[in-house]
Amino acid sequence: MAIHNLYIFDRNGSLLFYHEWNRLKQSGMSREEEAKLMYGMLFSIKSFVSKISPLDLKKGFLSYKTNKYALHYLETPTGLKFVLNTDIHASEVRELMKKIYSQVYVEYIVKNPVCRLDEPIKSELFKEKLDELIKQSSYYTAKIA
Amino acid sequence: MVIYGVYIVSKSGGLIFNHDHNVPKVESECVFNKHPIDLKLVNENKKVVVSFGHRDGVAIGHVLTSLNGIAVTGSQLDDGRDVFEAIENPANFPLTLKFARLRVTTNEKIFLASMFYPLFALASQLSPETKSSGIEVLEADTFKLQCFQTLTGVKFMILSEPGQVGLDILLKKIYELYADYALKNPFYSLDMPIRCELFENNLQALLEQTEKSGNVSHI
Repeated sequence: MAIHNLYIFDRNGSLLFYHEWNRLKQSGMSREEEAKLMYGMLFSIKSFVSKISPLDLKKGFLSYKTNKYALHYLETPTGLKFVLNTDIHASEVRELMKKIYSQVYVEYIVKNPVCRLDEPIKSELFKEKLDELIKQSSYYTAKIA
Repeated sequence: MVIYGVYIVSKSGGLIFNHDHNVPKVESECVFNKHPIDLKLVNENKKVVVSFGHRDGVAIGHVLTSLNGIAVTGSQLDDGRDVFEAIENPANFPLTLKFARLRVTTNEKIFLASMFYPLFALASQLSPETKSSGIEVLEADTFKLQCFQTLTGVKFMILSEPGQVGLDILLKKIYELYADYALKNPFYSLDMPIRCELFENNLQALLEQTEKSGNVSHI
């Protein structure tokens, strides 16, 4: 059980926040490039899902799994996108992501008047609280690299 | 167990086989008594699409298929009138409009198959773990897509209802059928669309059997 990393994108696709806990492989490109690639992939997956779905979507794309990791996706109605990579056995990741949004992002970014919402997050308080939430979640256990 | 469809994608990303198994029909009819109607319709990709509003099962993205029983092609009625003019004219009321969620056409399926190819590769490239495969399971709230890539690079995909388990076993069974009935067919050339009757019949039988038993493991 492990949580690898977290990306937060705004509605226009720019990377607001990135943090990694247990990342065993770097993608071999700069963070900006990687974020663009990640956003592009999510954008394509969303359009793929909306086209291939046999019924009308409500929440749309939720997650995908490979043999090594699982990517969980949460999009708020305002277009804010949370992407959390975990190992494939993690459960109830969606609840954790909703907590990240409602208990950390809203509390420490939206309610902080000096944080601009369209700029990368620099708040130390946000980072601390996020780290706290992730580390106290039941499935955070550091994997031996 | 509900299986919506099966897709096979070749090594180079082309769709070589698809089978619609059990695709639900999303259709609804609404009667509008007063002008103007309480849905916002727009012309999108030569179709009349709902862009805002929700009532009686009609949702955003649904396409207008008929007006007072007259079929709609593009943004024109089959009797030659323009759809928007007909809806704008208060004299035409009450109106009965029929909306449907369009099914994926074969062309769109080919497009979607080639769209999945880079997603599969990117998932492996953006992995936080070493030696990750591509997407194996993709979940949305209305369906689950399970993908199995063979050693030779052919991808087998099943679209099913969400939360379905045991699809990986079913995929291996389909692979078996492919190896038996498609590859051993002397008239089949590799990486070309599969048109083998025997393969299709056996696949159909397998899917029906799986759906009935609701479980794949004991087939």
